[in-house]
Amino acid sequence: MDKVDSQKLLKKGAEASLFLASWHGRRVIVKARFPKKYRPAELDAKIRSYRTAHEPQLMHEAKLAGVPTPTIFLVDMKNAVITMEFVEGKQVKQVLPHVSKKAQQELCGRIGVLIGKMHRRGVIHGDLTTSNMILSGEGKIFLVDFGLGEKNSELEARGVDLHLMKRALQSTHYQFAEECFRNVLRGYSEVLGGEDAGKVFEKIREIERRGRYVDERKQA
Amino acid sequence: MKKSDVLCCLGVESTADDFGVGIATFKGEILANASSGYVPEEGGIHPREAARHHAEAADKVLGEALSKAGTKPTDLALIAFAQGPGLGPCLRTGATVARALASYLDVPLVGVNHSVAHIEIGKLETGAVDPVTLYVSGGNTLVSAFDSGRYRVFGETLDIALGNCLDVFARTAGLKQKRGMPLGAALEQLAANGEKLISLPYVVKGMDISLSGLLTAATTLLRKGECRLEDLCYSLQEHAFSMVTEVTERALAHTEKKEVLLTGGVAANRRLQEMLSSIAEEHDAKFNVVPRQFATDNGAMIAWTGVLAYTHGLVTPVEESFVKLRWRLEKVDVPWIK
Ligand SMILES: Nc1ncnc2c1ncn2[C@@H]1O[C@H](COP(=O)(O)OP(=O)(O)O)[C@@H](O)[C@H]1O
Ligand SMILES: [Mg+2]
Repeated sequence: MDKVDSQKLLKKGAEASLFLASWHGRRVIVKARFPKKYRPAELDAKIRSYRTAHEPQLMHEAKLAGVPTPTIFLVDMKNAVITMEFVEGKQVKQVLPHVSKKAQQELCGRIGVLIGKMHRRGVIHGDLTTSNMILSGEGKIFLVDFGLGEKNSELEARGVDLHLMKRALQSTHYQFAEECFRNVLRGYSEVLGGEDAGKVFEKIREIERRGRYVDERKQA
Repeated sequence: MKKSDVLCCLGVESTADDFGVGIATFKGEILANASSGYVPEEGGIHPREAARHHAEAADKVLGEALSKAGTKPTDLALIAFAQGPGLGPCLRTGATVARALASYLDVPLVGVNHSVAHIEIGKLETGAVDPVTLYVSGGNTLVSAFDSGRYRVFGETLDIALGNCLDVFARTAGLKQKRGMPLGAALEQLAANGEKLISLPYVVKGMDISLSGLLTAATTLLRKGECRLEDLCYSLQEHAFSMVTEVTERALAHTEKKEVLLTGGVAANRRLQEMLSSIAEEHDAKFNVVPRQFATDNGAMIAWTGVLAYTHGLVTPVEESFVKLRWRLEKVDVPWIK
């Protein structure tokens, strides 16, 4: 097995820890999903290996769809560790609040285009937040963190994916969430076309009615 | 009109199957917390029947709270009520009681958000100041934290609530609700004797979860009758609780807060407490759980939240006191938090 060395902890997330390391002379990201003590060992192993296997596959699919994602170098299923290209740049989450309105809307439109391309190929991201998007040095937007994603072309899955994007904007960028999301949808329609995109938007409305209907839920 | 030295607020809760009346002082002491629960003959809550129960129980519960607190109605300085979210007929019954009291006593009325109240009572009773909160009950499953004037919602269920999921399963398994022993508690007891983990759907999407697939799979296995009931209860709990714990941990990592609060009816579950306490420890955060008597829907939390609102300039004129069935947590201003 190729050796990865000089690991430095970049981020201890909820789901995984990310290390900056070097591998064959290049800088790489090592994403390790460590066991979670709170859940039963069997369930824990199942979740971690499922996500470790799916994340690289979906990243690859997304790349084929024309969505920039880090290139995967190694997958260690046994330890639930993925080694991938290090993308130099900033999280969109950090960029968005500090650019002009115009730049903001332009970025969001481009995000919408990327989501549209992904969905068109049947890739659902599963965790569309602005922390999972990296604006690279040369201005490309990379999508990362596909562990909760799936291959799925149904309206429902697409609707939920976009609904999550909206919710993430509302909780993190509440000052301009509405406008941002509108631009995401604009970009999305450009790719899918008005008719198909319209069906997804209708689905989003349905999902929202569903989740918020305390009334109906209590009677179940 | 004479008012006693200690200012008190009476709070009315009636969003779902419990009718509750609580009394809190303006300093945050809970003097009384009385309630009466509607137990359906069969199946889930029927809103109209529950509302009828509330209307019939109101008198007795009010009297009980007042005598427990040792307050005369004329000592009350404020009336608070749960304005939403919840079931229409139930909410309207509580609102009617509250309006009548406020106008009879000639004191201000304040409508409070039920979800905010679950968080505030948790904070009051545990001393938590700025937590990431997991609020889990029969009607709600929310992960939230305060930021810039409001409680923001980080995660929630995309379909059914956690308590609802457990209750429907328990009912399908033939467990019966008794007074003082919610269905969830019966399920927890059985789960404690589970030995084998049965594989069930585990669905986390972003910071949201979906429980309906889990419920369907568990009830299907139950009907087939090939698994031990204890094992099914155990597996259902382990899957559902792992899901809410995972999203709470994500919110904790995201917000970098140093406290976790577990509140709502399902907070009484020991296993869920254990899981959340584990992630709190992992992130060097302090774990807090609302005391059992304030976990389920109650009037005390409404009274206390009413105090917070009123002392920060909020009142609800009668003509604006209509109930809000789908009043979302992040739509509520909470000026008492800085
Ligand atoms: N290949 C990469 N290159 C550069 N930064 C990355 C890369 N992958 C992830 N990151 C950064 O690390 C953060 C966490 O990684 P992520 O895969 O999203 O894990 P988590 O599940 O903990 O959110 C991302 O938000 C991003 O800022
Ligand atoms: Mg991430």
